[in-house]
Amino acid sequence: MSLELKNVSRTFNGITAVKNISITAEPGEIIGLLGTSGCGKSTVLRAISGLDNDYDGEISINGNTKKEVHDTTGFIFQEPRLLPWLPVLDNVTFGLKGSRAEKVQRAKEYLESVGLSGKEQLYPRQLSGGMAQRVAIARALVTSPEILLLDEPFSALDAFTKMQLQDLLLDVWNTYQSTVVLVTHDIDEALYLCDRIIVLRGQPGVIDTELVIKEERPRARGSQEMAEYKRKILDRLDLNNAHSYTS
Amino acid sequence: MAKNQSELASVLVTSRGVKQKSVRVKKQYKGLQSIMLGSILPIVLITVWELLSRIGFFPSYQLPAPTVIFQTIVGMAQDGTLWGHIGITTYRVFAGFVLGTIAAVILGSLVGFYKKAEQLFDPMIQAFRSIPSLAWVPLFILWMGIGEPSKVTMIAVGVFFPIYLNIVSGILGVDRKLIEVGKMYGLSTFQLVRRIILPASLPSFLVGLRSGLGLGWMFVVAAELMGASQGLGFLLVVGQNMSQPETIIASIILFAIIGKLSDWVLKKVETRSLHWQDRLVK
Repeated sequence: MSLELKNVSRTFNGITAVKNISITAEPGEIIGLLGTSGCGKSTVLRAISGLDNDYDGEISINGNTKKEVHDTTGFIFQEPRLLPWLPVLDNVTFGLKGSRAEKVQRAKEYLESVGLSGKEQLYPRQLSGGMAQRVAIARALVTSPEILLLDEPFSALDAFTKMQLQDLLLDVWNTYQSTVVLVTHDIDEALYLCDRIIVLRGQPGVIDTELVIKEERPRARGSQEMAEYKRKILDRLDLNNAHSYTS
Repeated sequence: MAKNQSELASVLVTSRGVKQKSVRVKKQYKGLQSIMLGSILPIVLITVWELLSRIGFFPSYQLPAPTVIFQTIVGMAQDGTLWGHIGITTYRVFAGFVLGTIAAVILGSLVGFYKKAEQLFDPMIQAFRSIPSLAWVPLFILWMGIGEPSKVTMIAVGVFFPIYLNIVSGILGVDRKLIEVGKMYGLSTFQLVRRIILPASLPSFLVGLRSGLGLGWMFVVAAELMGASQGLGFLLVVGQNMSQPETIIASIILFAIIGKLSDWVLKKVETRSLHWQDRLVK
């Protein structure tokens, strides 16, 4: 369940996207990778997932440093990426092994936990964006991954669905205590979910700051403390110059 | 109270049943309407044609009346020759179609999946494609005689190209994002092919099948014109040689009917297997 990145860099056609990223995640920790667009957050996540194995440096998952997809890792993409020819139920059982009955039972449990019971036989074209993303979440969680990688999973959703799914994620995390790496550009989301926020900056992206959020969960959205943290992050990203407009 | 409730429930159930029934009736009505709309033009054309033939506007040795053509078909059906002609033509198309499809699936998958196979085969296949397929006819006849093998090969060649091209482009066009999902679940190459690449390229494959079948019907005419003793294409030759336009037109109409029928079967298969597609419904 341990995850460790040592000096991970990635170069695309001579252009370095991220440089010397070192992160150690405690088991069960939720880590946020935060940064502006193009700073290489997703690149780091893809390297961890094993979908991209042309990086330099070392990534060790439970001590295994092979550059490949590990079956202990789950990935929730920015888009639902459901297979359009399979109904919801078969999309969720897609990555499961074992007998059909077992798979169906597990899938039904998870569909219920994302609030989609009764929708098993629908096809992806019949789902709304939020429902499709919930199916994608169920599909990633149903294999009980020890490490869960999320690439801006809620960014395409409306504000209400987003909050709902964030709470859902925390619920699931409470039950399974997976180690989570969440890539996001939404500061509020990072503050609401993460134990630790790693701010990436620049081109090539490097780690700028690490922020440990000690608040107990469930956290109040938009509390005083959160606003304080948010100000700090915005400062680090040089985005907090609102006063220069007002003065 | 309980009784009332159950009564209420039964009323609800029956009203729902009525609703479903009315929906079904509506659907049937809609289907009937579209059939009627589609048949207006043909009926008008045929009537006008029949009238003009009757008053002698079209000379009967050039364009006989629809009824005469219909009688020709019925006559052939009665003396039994019709079924032989239809049977042998359909058999030729079917055999050529199956052979062409098998070849296209094998080569198309190889070229789609393996870069090396693409480099090896694709340039040559593309070069062959630029030869008009009918140009092969004399060569095939020289090699295989005027019997069945040359005709079936000819049709297979025609069927091959659209299917091949569609398979290759279908496989190359599979969304990388879906393949990544498969990789994330640790699928092997074979599993990736079976569970993601094949279903994802199925739409394009079916388009290829349909256009391949269309070409198959085209090539069977060419093949039968070249030399045959039976078949719908042979009827065309007979009609020409014996100055019987009604035989020619009867043959054309029969081609249209079976061609349309075979395409309809494929279209049914297509809608069946692609019901998951998010398409525009008019």
